Amino acid sequence: MSSSFATLFYKEVLRVWKVAFQTLLAPILTSLLYLLIFSHVLEEHIQVYPGVRYTAFLIPGLVMMSVLQNAFANSSSSLIQSKITGNIVFVLLAPIAYGEFFAAYVLASVVRGLAVGAGVYVSALFFAVPPMLHPLWIIVFAVLGSAFLGALGVVAGIWADKFDQLAGFQNFIIMPLTFLSGVFYSIHSLPEFWQGVSRFNPFFYMIDGFRYGFFGVSDISPWFSLAVVSACFAAMAAFTLAMLRSGYKLRL
Amino acid sequence: MSAAVDVRQVCKRFGSLQAVDHVDLRIEAGEFFGLLGPNGAGKTTLINLLSGLARPDAGQIFILGQDVVTQYRESRRLLGVVPQELVFDPFFTVRETLRLQSGYFGLRRNDAWIDEVMHHLDLNDKADTNMRRLSGGMKRRVLVAQALVHKPPVIVLDEPTAGVDVELRQGLWRFIQRLNSEGHTVLLTTHYLEEAQALCNRVAMLKRGKIVALDTMKNLLNSVAASRVQLRLSGELPAVLKPQLVEQSDDSYTLALASYPALETVLAQLREANIAVLEMNLQEADLEDVFLQVVGAA
Repeated sequence: MSSSFATLFYKEVLRVWKVAFQTLLAPILTSLLYLLIFSHVLEEHIQVYPGVRYTAFLIPGLVMMSVLQNAFANSSSSLIQSKITGNIVFVLLAPIAYGEFFAAYVLASVVRGLAVGAGVYVSALFFAVPPMLHPLWIIVFAVLGSAFLGALGVVAGIWADKFDQLAGFQNFIIMPLTFLSGVFYSIHSLPEFWQGVSRFNPFFYMIDGFRYGFFGVSDISPWFSLAVVSACFAAMAAFTLAMLRSGYKLRL
Repeated sequence: MSAAVDVRQVCKRFGSLQAVDHVDLRIEAGEFFGLLGPNGAGKTTLINLLSGLARPDAGQIFILGQDVVTQYRESRRLLGVVPQELVFDPFFTVRETLRLQSGYFGLRRNDAWIDEVMHHLDLNDKADTNMRRLSGGMKRRVLVAQALVHKPPVIVLDEPTAGVDVELRQGLWRFIQRLNSEGHTVLLTTHYLEEAQALCNRVAMLKRGKIVALDTMKNLLNSVAASRVQLRLSGELPAVLKPQLVEQSDDSYTLALASYPALETVLAQLREANIAVLEMNLQEADLEDVFLQVVGAA
């Protein structure tokens, strides 16, 4: 492991830690508010899987939603801040290969995503305790999903010239895809048409596979979900690496 | 031996602007080299091309023999750049900033040198202060420290003393001159021409992306008809000397001299016109005269 990569990764994690109130605690609180309100309103009305309380069903979805959103937020906000304040120059002047740049930002996003996810999970245990039948699936989907969103965040952070553009990316792409991915419901409860649409949403496979790790039940085979999420990550990584290699919006 | 900086036929265009136009430039190891030019001449673009912040449309650049495009990791290790803009990372203290920068260059246990750099730039008291809380001058010092943190053999300073006080300037130049005397090559751009004149052995002047002058400081200073004589006279300046008149105030006249022997001609013409010299002051040419003549004429 090169010192350049290790330092850039450490810098990104240190940045998260320095503003932990905003980067870790705030998203945990937001997820708990979702849990509090949705479980209170829907607990008595919905049972998605037989024998599983709605609150318990909701927890893995909320955990994964936090993982994904925070992984995206980490790389995208760090990069756009560095670009706008100009301090990205310190990284660009250094002998850091584009692969190391990619790995450092994506891995730091995974760390933040997993840290927030773990925080949401632990806090949610006060409301309900979902089983954890296949922990390996949980880890695999959490890591792959946050890596995918971390890479997407690198693309968005480099592409956006203003905070406005990044907010648009977040509000019009990331938020709809996460909310329409089965966080709050099983897609089997949707009409046929929307079930079909959901199958084109990669976030659906991330959340469905992640939830399988808890309950051993899912809308789609976890192996199929794993194939889809892996392919999405591979494509996103290839695209991001090509973008970094070209110097797009980073090197004139 | 490879040149410290070797620029070969480099071009860079931004839209309709030819920022750098077929520039050839060779800076030998150990030189203290000045890159001068008016705003928009292409100095910063050329520095960006050396450091990899921009990519050339044509031509090649080598830092101590390493191609900045194909061997970018090696070439960047050899280069320390102080950027012109006052940029900083607001999340970190001065020491954290320097440790991170050191780590980017592969040096993870570098505190002895970091302490030395901070000492020379008078940053010790601010080591644990967040970058946000520093004054502009202090932030500029940190930028210089960041460029030096990996002991680069080639140091590029893009207007490092813009907006900083005299004390820092003097301290900074003492430190940079020491590094230069130890063998580090220095490439300096500045609008303070007296600094360039005092420090640089060789100078290139850029205008509209082209090098319009490239020579040693001594040759450049000798190249201009830049000696002047200021005379206070007992009467009017004779008409024959009026073409040489640069400035006039009351009975004081400043005349341009093509060379020192030309002074004798001026005095002879004054004697012929029966005008006495009450006071005489010979003024040497400086880099500003060279700059105005070269850049103005090009």
